[in-house]
This record gives sequence, structure tokens and C-alpha cells, in this order.
Amino acid sequence: MAMTIDILSWIMLTAGGAFVFIGGLGALRMPNLYTRMHAASLTDTMGAVLVIGGIMMQAGLTLATIKLAAILLFLLLTSPTASNALASAAILSGLQPEEGPIKPRKNAE
Amino acid sequence: MIIILFGVFLLALLVITALAIVRTDNLFAAVILTGIFSLLMAANFFLLDAADVALTEAAIGAGISTVLFLGALALTGERERGGSTNRLLALGVVTVTTLIVIYATFDKPRLGDPDAPVHQHVGPWYLEKTPALIDIPNAVTAVLASFRGYDTLGEVFVVFTAGIGVLFLLSAGRGGRTEEIRPADAPGPGLRHYLVPRVVGRMLIPFIFLFGLYVQFHGDYGPGGGFQAGAIVAAAVILYALLEGEAQALRALPMSVLKWLVAGGALLYGAIGVASMFLGGNFLDYSVLASDPITGQHIGIIVIELGVGITVTGVLLCVFHAFAARGKV
Repeated sequence: MAMTIDILSWIMLTAGGAFVFIGGLGALRMPNLYTRMHAASLTDTMGAVLVIGGIMMQAGLTLATIKLAAILLFLLLTSPTASNALASAAILSGLQPEEGPIKPRKNAE
Repeated sequence: MIIILFGVFLLALLVITALAIVRTDNLFAAVILTGIFSLLMAANFFLLDAADVALTEAAIGAGISTVLFLGALALTGERERGGSTNRLLALGVVTVTTLIVIYATFDKPRLGDPDAPVHQHVGPWYLEKTPALIDIPNAVTAVLASFRGYDTLGEVFVVFTAGIGVLFLLSAGRGGRTEEIRPADAPGPGLRHYLVPRVVGRMLIPFIFLFGLYVQFHGDYGPGGGFQAGAIVAAAVILYALLEGEAQALRALPMSVLKWLVAGGALLYGAIGVASMFLGGNFLDYSVLASDPITGQHIGIIVIELGVGITVTGVLLCVFHAFAARGKV
């Protein structure tokens, strides 16, 4: 039983790490703001859920798990909100999402 | 070993962030990078087992100062003006300082060395006497609030003075007519038209307050205390101001109340010191506050931490409002 939980927790931690890595890669490599945001928001939703879930399994049923659950809930509420606010700010400042085939990324900011 | 690796990794990130701050001429990016720097620093402190300092750095450095910097940035421009600084002179100063610091590290004891002077001086005495004299689990709070109560009183007065100074500087030339020129119903600079952040923010603000109170009153038992709690409570109010507009926040906590908070917290701290003098002890000697010396210490620590928290909240909010009001005139 403990073995199963341990394996499951490590699978979650690794998968979470992979999501964070992919998110970071996407934030660097994607062509424009909205696609970059899409990649970056991966890290603090899927990545955070998997990593914190993995740590919770490692911690077992202790006070630490409850604190981690509170942190997870807080992250799940705030991160998408922050992404939403960022995207709205971008739209309001007049940055239109590009449609059609992806154009090569301009190097100028 | 892992800890060392992790520490080196964090320090490398710190250097990269610092270089990025120097290199960028976009002040907005620089402010965000400063926040990242503080967060990395907090992780570093935590790695060195300084949880109290880490909490302070995260709350004040990464949280509040970023907001205050952004508030200042809203008054100026986003781009750095091309400086006419003497780069060679700066390079010389930095090189000399770096060499001196590197030379100084040759005398530095190994990390965590138990024979280091800092662990030989008064530190062991504090750790040894805390259970007997004060009986709280968090020795940091015992040292901060009781053994070194004078120093913390000084810190509170520094915060108080800094707040007064910022208020004087930012209110200069405004003639104190800020309250009238701001119609309460005018759309503020807040996020009034953003639905999602408002809903989520409203939901979170009570919990942020609750967490602030937890940090405030749990300081005896775990990392926390007045400085951190003050920053967290101020952050909750600033979040409210950002969501609902600054006028709304000022209606909830008017400037007159905030000024009382700024002075009241420091006054409360000093009053405890004077009270212990009247009860026959020395200044800030809490043992005489109750019939049992240890209970007296507990009461004293709780009250002075409250004083610290009140002053920090008041000062941070005053500074925030001073910046915000500046933009409207």
C-alpha cells in the first residue's frame, strides 16, 4: 500500500515537473503573447496540481497535507484569475489575437 | 549535499535576475524582476532555516514593494531615461567592492559551522533560556519581542518615521485637498470592469485577512509575527483597493483611521514598556505584567506584536494611498 502511494506520488511529481518544463519551454518559444500565456498557464494549473498532489501523497495524512491542500486551492483560484486578468489587459490595450497560420516571431518586442 | 546544490542553483538564479534588472531599460520589467529577486531571496532564507525572515521577505519584498513600485511607475514612465553616468567610474567602484567582499569571505566560517562566532556569542544563551524564561516554541519571536525588545521598538519607530517621511514627501505641494477632488462614484483606477478578478478577489479577501491574523497571533508558535502579518493585512486592503477602486478602500479605512494606526501601534508598544515600568519592572520587562512571570512575557509579546502589526499595516497603506492619490492630482 505504502509502495503504491509512493510510486503514484512520484509519477505525479514527475508528470508535474514535465508540465512545468513544457510550460516554460512554451513561454519561451511560442510566437505571440496569447499562445505564450497559454503555455505559461500550464505551469501554475496542471503543473501545480500534480506537484502539490505528489507532495501531499508523500506527506500522508498530517497537518502538512491540509496546509498543502489550502495552498493548492489558493493557487487554483488565483492563477487562472491572473491569466484572465493578463489576457483582458492585453485585449484592452489593443493587442489582437492573430488568426490564421502562424507568422514567424518578430524579434523586436 | 542536495541542499548545497539547491542553494547554488538559487544563488545562480539570483545573479541572473540581478543582471537582468541591470540590463533592462524597461522599468516595468525591472519591477517584476525585483519581485522575482525577492521571492528567490525568500527561498534562500528558507533554505537556511530562517523561516521568519523568509516570510517577511516574501510578504514585503515580493508582495508589497512590487505593488508600491508599480504605483510609483504609474506616475512616471515605463522606459528608463538614458543616463549620462560615468560607466568607467561605476565599473571601478564595483570591481573594488567585489574584490573587498571576496577577500572578506576568506575569513568567513564554513556554512553552519557550530564554532562560528555568531553561534558562540549570545545565541546559545537565548536558546537555552527561552524555554525557562519565556516558554514559547519559536525562539525567534522570543529574541525579537522580549530579549531584544528594545531593538524591535527601534525598528517600529524606523517604520513609523519612514512612513511619516514618505507621507511628507508625497503630499508636498498638494495642500491636503485630496479628499474633495475625488468623487466617490467616479470609475477609479481599479479593476472595476474586470468581472473575474473582482469575483475571485472578493472571495479571497476575507481569507487573506484570516491568514494575516493567523500569522499575527501564531508568531509565538511558528514563523510569523507583527511585521509579516502587517504586510499581509495591508496586502488584503490593497487588493480591495485595486478591485473596487481606491476611493472605496478609503471609505472603508479612511486616512484619518490609518494615521491613528500608524501612531497607535508604535504607541501601544511603548505603552507596554511604560506599563511594565509602573508595575515595578524595567522598561519592556514583561515579567511584571502578570502574577506569573511567564504569563506576563506571553501577554507582553502578544501585545507588542500587535503594536508592530498595526504600525506596519498603517504605514504600508498610507504609503500606498499617498502614491495612488498622487496620480490623480
